[in-house]
Amino acid sequence: MIKWSRLVTLLVIVAVVFATVALTGKKVAMGTTLGLDLRGGFEILYEVSPLDEKQKVTKQTLIDATKALDNRVNKLGIAEPEIQAEGENRIRVRLAGVTDQEKARDMIGKPANLTFRDMQGNILMSGSDLAENGAQGVLDPQTQQPVVTLQFKDPKKFANVTQKYVGQPMAIFLDEQLITAPVIQQVIPNGTAQIDGQKDIQEAKDLAAILNAGALPVKMKEVFSTSVGAKLGQEALESGIEAGVVGTLIVFLFMIVYYRMPGFIACITVVAYIYLLLLLQNLMGVTLTLPGIAAFILGIGMAVDANIIMYERIKEELRSGKSYLSALRAGSKRSLGTILDANVTSIIGALVLFYFGSSAIRGFAVTLILSILVGLFTSVAGARFLMGLAVRSNLFNKPSYYGVKERDIREL
Amino acid sequence: MNYDFSNYKFDFVKHRKKYFLVSAVLIIAGIISLLTIGLNLGVDFKSGTRVQVQIGKTFNESEVQQSVEQAGLKPGSVTTAGDKKDMAVIQFAKPIHKDEFAKLTKAMQMKYGKDVSLQESTVNPIISQELARSALYSVLLASIGIVIYITIRFEFRFALSSIIALLHNVFLVITLFSLFQIEVELTFIAAILTIVGYSIHDNIIIFDRIRDNLKHAKLKTVQDVEDVVNYSIGQTLARSINTVLTVVICALALYIFGGESIRHFTLALIIGLIFGAYSSIFIASQIWVSWRERDLKKKKMALANNEA
Repeated sequence: MIKWSRLVTLLVIVAVVFATVALTGKKVAMGTTLGLDLRGGFEILYEVSPLDEKQKVTKQTLIDATKALDNRVNKLGIAEPEIQAEGENRIRVRLAGVTDQEKARDMIGKPANLTFRDMQGNILMSGSDLAENGAQGVLDPQTQQPVVTLQFKDPKKFANVTQKYVGQPMAIFLDEQLITAPVIQQVIPNGTAQIDGQKDIQEAKDLAAILNAGALPVKMKEVFSTSVGAKLGQEALESGIEAGVVGTLIVFLFMIVYYRMPGFIACITVVAYIYLLLLLQNLMGVTLTLPGIAAFILGIGMAVDANIIMYERIKEELRSGKSYLSALRAGSKRSLGTILDANVTSIIGALVLFYFGSSAIRGFAVTLILSILVGLFTSVAGARFLMGLAVRSNLFNKPSYYGVKERDIREL
Repeated sequence: MNYDFSNYKFDFVKHRKKYFLVSAVLIIAGIISLLTIGLNLGVDFKSGTRVQVQIGKTFNESEVQQSVEQAGLKPGSVTTAGDKKDMAVIQFAKPIHKDEFAKLTKAMQMKYGKDVSLQESTVNPIISQELARSALYSVLLASIGIVIYITIRFEFRFALSSIIALLHNVFLVITLFSLFQIEVELTFIAAILTIVGYSIHDNIIIFDRIRDNLKHAKLKTVQDVEDVVNYSIGQTLARSINTVLTVVICALALYIFGGESIRHFTLALIIGLIFGAYSSIFIASQIWVSWRERDLKKKKMALANNEA
């Protein structure tokens, strides 16, 4: 007797899985944050050293420096910069989608200590006297020249300075470079100043951004940089996806031909696996990189492996003469230990890699751990549940549905 | 279920000395190859030179490549940069000399006009080397973690056999890359990590079955040990072949359609996966058999001595 309720449940679940993937799959896939190697951009590693002898580079200075850098890079308008402190004295900056390397390099690494000095070089005021976001790159309304306007925190202080030095030039230095030395024409009571001599409005805006972001608390030396052309990254991704689709389809074909009905269920669980893993990575904000894709493929392989281990066990049980239902029960129970042992070992390996490995290795380890967990859910729990429905529907009560030959079955 | 372990189809353990010999020869070849010709390291691992060429208009990457070759230099890679896509970044695997840089400048100016400007910078390989080193240490540490887990869940003999097989696989992949001088890039590390993951899987599946069968077996003679292992390998053979087949299909698809940038990566993966399946049957299990038999003989000797 065919039990329609089980069969309908099975078909509904399959339909829901496919519908979800078809309707939201594209959105989920588009939501994946791609790493540098897949969408182009560049990466610089800086070695940090103290500004002077008194300073020591501590964990805190390193964090401060990454914050200052983050501030700067954000002002450059770069989406999702990745800036991480690494080890004792390193900062890694990843800028995806950046094409103008030299400009970005300039903006990131430039120290920016703004000072106002008198004729003798005495420092009267500095960048720390600037109001928050007090620097603006604008066109001078009168001359139409690009300028940087400055707003000070304490107008009184600036008024005092201008009063004292009225009629004299006041030099504005960026670090040790003289930018401009306007003559103070009159006392300025409202705390605003202006830096002239910018080439264009963009340069004025860039300088303003650097000034607002503040001076870096450390010296930085570039020790490593790498770049991936956007086109190259795009190509890598497109061909990677194409390859993934072709590979997965061939695996599906193999699974269905070799394992028949259970093979088809494996395909459904693998589709669910790919979807869930992408979704989980998006939710956790994991960046997909090339090593990540490697872990992804490894994960697909391990998920299919779990199916294969279970199905081989079920086939053995069927050959030994058990009924379909008890073969399923015994097979999935006996294979569970094996699958768990294999996957726990892999997770232990991945955890060690995550804990001790450096950035690229970590990305690999994170994706691997996630993919093993998702794979256990879809290919063990999911496959077992769907198989249960299929077997209980009594529709598949022939050994050939399981890839078992009738003559191989022994009497109990 | 009947537990007649002598009823296996193929004798996997009979020729184990031959398998060991093949692996030993390959390992020795690998050591010699690594010591003499070494690895063909990519730009990532070598101190090299990076030259930025401001061309001032859009260009064709392969044309730049040609010009560089005409100047008598071998470019590692040419990529496009700049807001207007008018800048070429040429990576050289080796640091280039002043004269060579002058030649390059001339070649670029010949091709793209006098306004072309070149900027040279040196690539520091320290970071990539550190990454490789940290990967190596991580793999060794991970191995220790895995040994502990397998020892608790199975036994020490299984654990050590697995790790030997694992390191054997990794080393053989490195050997082939050295022998055939295939370029080793940063992605090679990811491939090695993947191979480690699979090797462990392959070993555990077979050992799990051996352990399972041991519950019903009495190991009195050397033949008993061999029977159980042959029987277990035979039982898991379909799984071993099918799993490696499915993953190699994926990896092969990546190799064929995945584009130039991951070709070496997938090649390492395919080689490693096949070695992984091979060594789980022909190395890990065989080491265990030899070890188990030696222990059995020792025990017998001790018993015989006691009786005498």
